[in-house]
Amino acid sequence: MGMTIAEKILAAHTDAGDLEPGAIVKVRVDVALANDITAPIAIREFQGAEAPLADPDMVVFVLDHFTPNKDIASANQCKMVRDFALAHGVGNFFDGGEAGVEHALLPEKGLVLPGDLIIGADSHTCTYGALGAFATGVGSTDLAAAMLTSHAWMKVPESMKFVFTGELNPWVGGKDLVLYLIGKIGVDGALYRVLEIGGPAISALGVSGRLTISNMAIEAGAKAGIIGADHKTVEYVKDRAQRPYTVYESDPDARYFSVTEFDCSNIEPQVAFPHLPENSRGISETGEVRIDQVIIGSCTNGRIEDLREAAQILKGRKVARGVRCIVMPATPAVYLQAENEGLVKTFLEAGAIMGPPTCGPCLGGHMGILAKGEKAVATTNRNFVGRMGDTGSEVYLAGPYVAAASAVTGKISSPGEVVS
Amino acid sequence: MKLTGTVHRFGNDVDTDAIIPARYLNTSDPEHLGRHCMEDADPSFASRVSKGDVIVAGKNFGCGSSREHAPIAIKACGVSCVIASSFARIFFRNSFNMGLPIFESDEASAEIREGDTVEVDASTGLIRDLTTGREYRARPIPAFMQELIEDGGLMEHIRKRGGI
Repeated sequence: MGMTIAEKILAAHTDAGDLEPGAIVKVRVDVALANDITAPIAIREFQGAEAPLADPDMVVFVLDHFTPNKDIASANQCKMVRDFALAHGVGNFFDGGEAGVEHALLPEKGLVLPGDLIIGADSHTCTYGALGAFATGVGSTDLAAAMLTSHAWMKVPESMKFVFTGELNPWVGGKDLVLYLIGKIGVDGALYRVLEIGGPAISALGVSGRLTISNMAIEAGAKAGIIGADHKTVEYVKDRAQRPYTVYESDPDARYFSVTEFDCSNIEPQVAFPHLPENSRGISETGEVRIDQVIIGSCTNGRIEDLREAAQILKGRKVARGVRCIVMPATPAVYLQAENEGLVKTFLEAGAIMGPPTCGPCLGGHMGILAKGEKAVATTNRNFVGRMGDTGSEVYLAGPYVAAASAVTGKISSPGEVVS
Repeated sequence: MKLTGTVHRFGNDVDTDAIIPARYLNTSDPEHLGRHCMEDADPSFASRVSKGDVIVAGKNFGCGSSREHAPIAIKACGVSCVIASSFARIFFRNSFNMGLPIFESDEASAEIREGDTVEVDASTGLIRDLTTGREYRARPIPAFMQELIEDGGLMEHIRKRGGI
């Protein structure tokens, strides 16, 4: 019987013979990630065990959520993680000017590779599925257990296959495809399952757009969002990887819970309305929504390709009066690249605010919090009640083109309205 | 172990930002988190909840972030268990790893009303609504996860058995 990529990666990381969906198996973990919010709990649990790190090189800590330290309590959390990382020789610790939004940073640094089994105490750990890895979000206790044993427990999931065919319409990218998918299956449409995403339109997409898609697999409830590695993936990882990696493909006779095909010629730029990512609709159906803020950045859309898209719209134009447009490159390298390409100048001349690489406003942490009644278009991944500030505020999710166009007009807008 | 308490009802897709908003994640102190439990879904919840009370919700409870602060806040404010039609998967495993009992039952989720008194037998998964007299059976918990609960959570399990 054929196997899916997910099953093959799990099989390569366990001694268990039974990989039937539903079986609970013990798996070896290649990378265990935590941030300044989730690491403190993991560290306390770990310290209770009074043992050394099983493998310091597989542990990654990134201080990215409430950094630069937003208040005293956040500073104390960061200090605790920093002290622990230094004391225990954590192999990959990113702080200060070396830190970026974790799920943009790890692929960029080559720390996550095809065929890896990755757990992270952050739900968007599923991002790395775009490189052909099995990557899933867990809690801090799972992470502490992996720090102690290099292992985790997993229930073998079923896979749902989604095939994107046809050519992308203008102004459509990875964000639009994934918002469309979530709109079709709902926020629990893939609960306990793996999304396996492929097809000609995905092959045509660059690695950055694929990372955006896998990033939001969790917003459909999925355990992982896997895109098979191809020559573009290998091109992306080959100079970054510091260790060997394995490319897996699903067998032609692999079993799937379901197989669904989407024709991209039917997909226009998407906007997910409050207060769930499944509330996505085409840009032509959004009506008039005046906005107060635009966020361009995050682990979903804070890579250089995303900033180029935003800059393409904002170049030579102005952010509408009364709108705060905040651009946050997701990593220091992305920021530097944006500077070198003149994108930073474009953003500043347009009247945007340049922020540091941080998760900040995406989860209502800091640096762009909404007041009661305010509305924001964000390239982030969640639009739950109160996600970016007051419970009476609203977040509309979109890709960089729509976000930038909306910043120019002051209302949710198609890029076609702005660029002739 | 029998858990008995008054029911507080919530709807579908209760996300972890509603359970414990990110603005409180600059600490992981359970008492502090418990004081803000469910704040963005029902600001009065933490002040109304009594020790032993039960949350009954719809589908996909605990969706969103991986924050373990969510089950910690629920436990810390006194809630004895959560019954829902389904749970988001990270919340599901966090609850077992932390020792917060959770039960999946479509019927219990649909029928149990706000303010009812329920009794849950954690070992058998039998849910009894003492107000209406109706009984429900939660989906069985896989053997490995029963072992986790018996051991007192994942870390205790590792301590006891020398590994996962």
